[in-house]
Amino acid sequence: MPKIKLAENTVQLIKDICKEFENKESELINVLHQVQSKLGYLPAEVQEVIAKELKTSVAKVYGVVTFYSFFTMIPQGENPISICMGTACYVRGAEQVLNEFKRQLKVEVGESTEDGKFSINCLRCVGACGLAPVVTVGEKVYGRVAPTDVKKIIAEYKNH
Amino acid sequence: MTDYKMHLLICGGTGCKASESDEIKNRLNQLISDFGLADEVQVVLTGCFGFCEKGPIIKVLPDNTFYVQVTPNDVVEIMEEHIVKGRPVKRLLYTDPNSAEQISDSKGMDFYKKQIRIALKNCGFINPENIDEYIARDGYQALGKCLTELTPEEVIKEVKDSGLRGRGGGGFPTGLKWEITKNVENDQKYVVCNADEGDPGAFMDRSILEGDPHSVLEAMAICGYCIGADKGLVYIRAEYPLAIQRLKIAIKQAEEYGLIGDDILGTGFNFHIELRYGAGAFVCGEETALIHSMEGLRGEPTFKPPFPSVSGYMGKPTNVNNVETFANIPVILNKGAEWFSKIGTEKSKGTKVFALAGKINNVGLIEVPMGTTLREVIYDIGGGIKDGKEFKAVQTGGPSGGCLTKDSLDIPIDYDNLLASGSMMGSGGMIVMDESDCMVSIAKFYLDFTLEESCGKCTPCRVGNKRLYELLDKITQGKGEEQDIEKLKDLSVVIKDTALCGLGQTSPNPVLSTISNFEHEYKAHVHDGKCPAGQCKSLLRYDIVEDLCTGCTLCFRNCPVGAISGERRAPHFIDQTLCIKCGVCFEKCKFNAITLT
Repeated sequence: MPKIKLAENTVQLIKDICKEFENKESELINVLHQVQSKLGYLPAEVQEVIAKELKTSVAKVYGVVTFYSFFTMIPQGENPISICMGTACYVRGAEQVLNEFKRQLKVEVGESTEDGKFSINCLRCVGACGLAPVVTVGEKVYGRVAPTDVKKIIAEYKNH
Repeated sequence: MTDYKMHLLICGGTGCKASESDEIKNRLNQLISDFGLADEVQVVLTGCFGFCEKGPIIKVLPDNTFYVQVTPNDVVEIMEEHIVKGRPVKRLLYTDPNSAEQISDSKGMDFYKKQIRIALKNCGFINPENIDEYIARDGYQALGKCLTELTPEEVIKEVKDSGLRGRGGGGFPTGLKWEITKNVENDQKYVVCNADEGDPGAFMDRSILEGDPHSVLEAMAICGYCIGADKGLVYIRAEYPLAIQRLKIAIKQAEEYGLIGDDILGTGFNFHIELRYGAGAFVCGEETALIHSMEGLRGEPTFKPPFPSVSGYMGKPTNVNNVETFANIPVILNKGAEWFSKIGTEKSKGTKVFALAGKINNVGLIEVPMGTTLREVIYDIGGGIKDGKEFKAVQTGGPSGGCLTKDSLDIPIDYDNLLASGSMMGSGGMIVMDESDCMVSIAKFYLDFTLEESCGKCTPCRVGNKRLYELLDKITQGKGEEQDIEKLKDLSVVIKDTALCGLGQTSPNPVLSTISNFEHEYKAHVHDGKCPAGQCKSLLRYDIVEDLCTGCTLCFRNCPVGAISGERRAPHFIDQTLCIKCGVCFEKCKFNAITLT
């Protein structure tokens, strides 16, 4: 992955977040949550800053980032699409819906489209099992999605 | 305080919020003020009603009218007809599918008739963001009683006598756990609430936290009093933003009322509660992994003993209980152990909350007494199988559990019976499957989940489950060989015996239980290259029957890959090299001209 140079104020932002948690190593997960909510993802350069601030190794930070599925090192698309793959959605056909998204957007799970407009991810249960299968695009929730609805959902965001 | 004549309770659970219940609330509030009724009618956003299939739900008090599948466009009619003129809007009432009768009071619905609500008693009744409403329903009364009238020993005895067992899946007696932690000498102890509900398809804990967060906080404080801890931590999934928000509000309100914090109710007892966030790792539901995650580490489990009761968070004695377990505590202490222990079966007391989902008519959150049969849950409460299909299996216990078949429909549900029939209670996910679900694919689905969630620390889980997955994948591709089924069984047993933690020790359960109940299905894949349920794509073939095809072009127009060709009013054809086997043509055809083999 190419090296990115972090902007001065980004570095400061990360430092401030670490300070909020008193630069404690045991607060690493909380720090990562905060930083990701601000920056959208956690590239290696960001992890280096965090490691330095919390006085721990980059390896440890990397270990934690890659362990938890909530953290990502790749930027998400403008419209992150999440397909719920909880059991309730799976038995009601979530896999077919996922395949249709992959086919239409020509990307795999965890990837973004070339124009950066969409990315696809799988979720494990958003808890709206009554609406299975469920797809979320950003904050918006789509319930009872059929493969034939996929085209329409994508079109809603194409020209934004 | 305003004395409202009418209350409109709107479900504000995640499912109903996804169906615009917020918008419904806003429009109602707007209309109420337009009509000048703001002093008479109050709109309350509550926790989950449980009947998610028919959400969003609005319940009107005092007449108990229960509206289902309300949309923002229905609001004006409810306002003008029901609230102003007192005439219920009939078209929004629930229609009983068997009798075709409209039922206006939820008490008369089959979905609610057999339920007893203890852990969910306040869900759907109170505004979870208002502590006064919780207090009005006996909230914090149990805490007050414990702190002023009872010794920790007496409280623990009451919990032990009630027979309450851990609702997270393990079923360990709660009172005993408290006693063990109490008896360990240390100047610092912790109470942890495990709200890391990672089981896909389960939403019991989330609904309790969203609908009644104070019940959990109260129980944690009681637990702290019993074991001698002054600090409580709730470990909650970051994927539950609404539950987190409501917990934060609840903690703040309880602190303001002096029910959490220093010198609670002037008794000198201190108890503080903080939140810790998970970050998406199923294994963190295991208590040692959860504790490591709270310490900011990778959520890897460690060998037990030492148990957290002896050495847990920061090396201090820690009592870990699940959300639903805690939610039972205040009720038990208010109504007494004797009352509680009369509900349920001999060895499993009280009720259990289940998230009923899958191919069932009434998807939702239910709470039934232990000892209720699966048949009652699926057919009476759940309303039977969707689209009139045949029941095939019900999966309980999530990725650690197993499938139960028709033969198990009449066993009373409790911890021991479920274990004896090859599944487990688990945290309460209950996924119903019908004839069109392939059991090999289901086993593969769970293995895929375990693979992704395995922390990689021990070899049996990291490597063994991968091999299990590969074997299952091979079978669903139609490339299975005779010995593969035996290999699956052998490897499963080895993984169960040798894995480090609960995740690995139970991960082969879905494989073993589907083989033992549906071996013929595995064999059909391996021997005949057929998927009896018609789900495994590599083994499917769609064809158009020339004589039945009218050339209506419906399939041609709906095929997403252009694999269908043909002239109008003439038989069409499917190009097998292009077909992705999505099944759209099969579903769309009105003349049954498409066959699936």
